[in-house]
Amino acid sequence: MSNNTDFILSIEDLTVSFDGFKAVDMVNLYVDKNELRVIIGPNGAGKTTLLDLICGKTKATSGSIKFKGKELTKLAEHSIVRSGVGRKFQTPSIYENLSVFQNLEMSFPRGRSVFGCLTFRRTTDVIDRVHEVAEQVMLKDSLYLEEAGLLSHGQKQWLEIGMLLMQDPELLMLDEPVAGMSVKEREQTAVLLNKISQNRSVVVIEHDMEFVKRIAHKVTVLHQGKVLMEGKMDKVQSDPRVVEVYLGH
Amino acid sequence: MMKAMYQNMLGGRSGMIGLLILAAIIFLVLPLGLDLFRLNLVGKYLTYAFVAVSLVLLWGYGGILSLGQGIFFGLGGYCMAMFLKLEASDPESTKIQTTPGIPDFMDWNQLTALPWFWEPFHSLTFTLIAILAVPTLFAFIIGYAMFKRRVGGVYFAIITQVIALILTILIVGQQGYTGGVNGITDLKTLMGWDIRTDSAKYILYFINGALLIAVILVSRVILGSKFGMLMLAMRDKEERVRFSGYDVADFKIFVFCLAAMISAIGGAMFTLQVGFMSPTFVGIVPSIEMVIFAAVGGRMSLIGAVYGALLVNYGKTVFSESYPELWLFLMGGLFIAVVMFFPNGLAGIYDKYEKKLFTRKPRKGSASAMSSRTLSDPQPGPVRDAASPPAKGMGISNQPVN
Ligand SMILES: Nc1ncnc2c1ncn2[C@@H]1O[C@H](COP(=O)(O)OP(=O)(O)O)[C@@H](O)[C@H]1O
Ligand SMILES: [Mg+2]
Repeated sequence: MSNNTDFILSIEDLTVSFDGFKAVDMVNLYVDKNELRVIIGPNGAGKTTLLDLICGKTKATSGSIKFKGKELTKLAEHSIVRSGVGRKFQTPSIYENLSVFQNLEMSFPRGRSVFGCLTFRRTTDVIDRVHEVAEQVMLKDSLYLEEAGLLSHGQKQWLEIGMLLMQDPELLMLDEPVAGMSVKEREQTAVLLNKISQNRSVVVIEHDMEFVKRIAHKVTVLHQGKVLMEGKMDKVQSDPRVVEVYLGH
Repeated sequence: MMKAMYQNMLGGRSGMIGLLILAAIIFLVLPLGLDLFRLNLVGKYLTYAFVAVSLVLLWGYGGILSLGQGIFFGLGGYCMAMFLKLEASDPESTKIQTTPGIPDFMDWNQLTALPWFWEPFHSLTFTLIAILAVPTLFAFIIGYAMFKRRVGGVYFAIITQVIALILTILIVGQQGYTGGVNGITDLKTLMGWDIRTDSAKYILYFINGALLIAVILVSRVILGSKFGMLMLAMRDKEERVRFSGYDVADFKIFVFCLAAMISAIGGAMFTLQVGFMSPTFVGIVPSIEMVIFAAVGGRMSLIGAVYGALLVNYGKTVFSESYPELWLFLMGGLFIAVVMFFPNGLAGIYDKYEKKLFTRKPRKGSASAMSSRTLSDPQPGPVRDAASPPAKGMGISNQPVN
């Protein structure tokens, strides 16, 4: 099981302790290429913290995170991003004062150094890519909105997903992407996620069980920082332990 | 590419008008309307404008508040002063000293040889490089130490203050090497050219003005590039920028170094025009004053910062003559008033007024002013730099400067 090279992401014995409190405790998690994994669990289970650890926002106390065989725990955030990991935050994190176009353009993976920024040119490949992604995340009509802050909550979520798609990451991590969305928007997002997980691995944290059923290949249940169980959605849903900690109430 | 760059530089129609008006004021109105004494005073204020412009980049766009820009203004000024002092201290004119050929204050402090770090300042080329390189390098060291460790906000502001304080104490304490509290005075010639003459004062004033305009143009190009957009993004959502693959610290270090270099040019021009440099321009109070210039002018407006520097200094000159003890309070009050009621300073007021006048776009929230200033959609567009002359009656152009 622990042959790292078979998986795009392999997490082993990962632990982080905040003043003695283990928010993530000896977690093992393996994600396949092109897999869409959903992580569920009650509030405070450590789901967000797990993503923080993978993307470098929080440093692990012990354990290892290997992405394509490369150890991530010692890398700086921007290096992790550049190696192909994209992260969407739980509350939409976009540049409210920039236009939708600029939000996407900023995420184009070129000109990421100081010098690169000073000499960056908005060439046709950038414009084309922005249009392509805007179409994908259903924001084509809002592309020239001068302030992305004016978008609806759901659209902001899509914009942030679009910003990640601009980077074309091999591993995409989404923290509660449908929070605050209408039923129709959830539908559209499910379609979107199924589409974008065709050629990359995706890790999604989600609460909405109907939504999870629509997208998940495999579900991991986290509880008190530990993996409670892992498997197909129907199996997980009927497991008495899971029902007790999570689905029951 | 070149076309886009010119566009950024000129800042579109409105930016170009603003720049032309500023240039007309600096190069025509003031020289024609003021006597040399007052023009020289304006020239001095315009050297502070370099710092105010640097703070627009650093604070307005970068969101990094430095309360220690006097450090860099001072370092630039001291580098220039060291060269001029050495030239003024030739063995002939210092022959009454115990050790002829060294600056007078060294002689008074029983130094018998020129300290090693003064030696290279015999060369003008070295001095010119040092004026730009020394402050920039110093800023790089501070910036690297702070930003790589993610020190920011209030902590950074306080640290810059502490460094400004330490530097002042160091300069004052090391009298034999630095001229101490009096600074470096009695500067006379630059490569034999007497900088105290009327013609020299005019020429230096114009060089200063031209350099200031050049700095504004370069700043516009930078703000109009993706770099400017990134500054805004970083100020707003640093975390998101980091997770889009940018090393945020690098960008902060760069803009801090750039601001230091711009401030240093101002400092060097100060020394040339005023004829001395002293620790008074390095410490905490001048550093804070410079932030006020930028705030009053509008911290998002390069041109506004110049008017801010001119106006506040004009006020200072008028006021501190009649009520010197009240000035500091007045300035503090002014700062608070501007921050609370006019967060975009004079430029913000002008912007509003101009928009009403031309009824272009509908007004938006005050926080929105920045979006139109960087790469506009869909082609790279100009940095819109609102602000042209302040409202009638406030300008110094048609009033005597005391
Ligand atoms: N930086 C931190 N310092 C201390 N405690 C933290 C920190 N981050 C998260 N926690 C704690 O870790 C636990 C897991 O949080 P989180 O990962 O946000 O849960 P979830 O996303 O599953 O709801 C919570 O009890 C939270 O209070
Ligand atoms: Mg969470």
